[in-house]
Amino acid sequence: MARSIKKGPYVYHKLLTKIARAHDSGRKNVIKTWSRSSMIIPDMVGLTIAVHNGKTFVPVFITENMVGHKLGEFSPTRLFRGHSGNRKK
Amino acid sequence: MARIAGVDLPRRKRGVVGLTYIYGVGPSTAKVILEKAGVSEDTKVEDWTDDNIKFISGYIQNNIKVEGELRSEVQMSIKRLMDIGCYRGIRHRKGLPVRGQKTKTNARTRKGRKKTVANKKKVTK
Repeated sequence: MARSIKKGPYVYHKLLTKIARAHDSGRKNVIKTWSRSSMIIPDMVGLTIAVHNGKTFVPVFITENMVGHKLGEFSPTRLFRGHSGNRKK
Repeated sequence: MARIAGVDLPRRKRGVVGLTYIYGVGPSTAKVILEKAGVSEDTKVEDWTDDNIKFISGYIQNNIKVEGELRSEVQMSIKRLMDIGCYRGIRHRKGLPVRGQKTKTNARTRKGRKKTVANKKKVTK
């Protein structure tokens, strides 16, 4: 079921403060976060956010098109290396 | 001959059914269209008057996205998913199911015909 409009998009509150700080100090470094379920909001466009995938932080450069998706969608949690014997590309 | 949105409608079918031959018009949309046109759902396509046809094709043209336009819209949204590199886009790229279905078995619609992998030879004693 979809989230109620009244509440607005979910963004982890600490991530919000980090974004605000990045804007204040003028485009800072990569922001690390574990919050894969946070919605990408317009404020994040242009920032690079490193999203944890359970093992490492995957840097994601946020573009306009990504608004409305969740951060976790851009940081795959599974690694498929192919089946054995599938040598040819 | 009823030709609406570039599609020939089957002449011997009921109106509601006939309209669903148009890509982008399903049973419920067809119902609404015929209600707006004041035509009974059970009237066969071949029994529609010219005025009926004119109204229906006009209504579809102005209110509903069908056929090529709709297809290109769908393609565009898939392309957007692939371009931004999100999970759903990756699944589209790989030709695997997008909505979390299992792929251990089944998923043949997305993966295509079965590709048999030869068994490894058993080592005999």
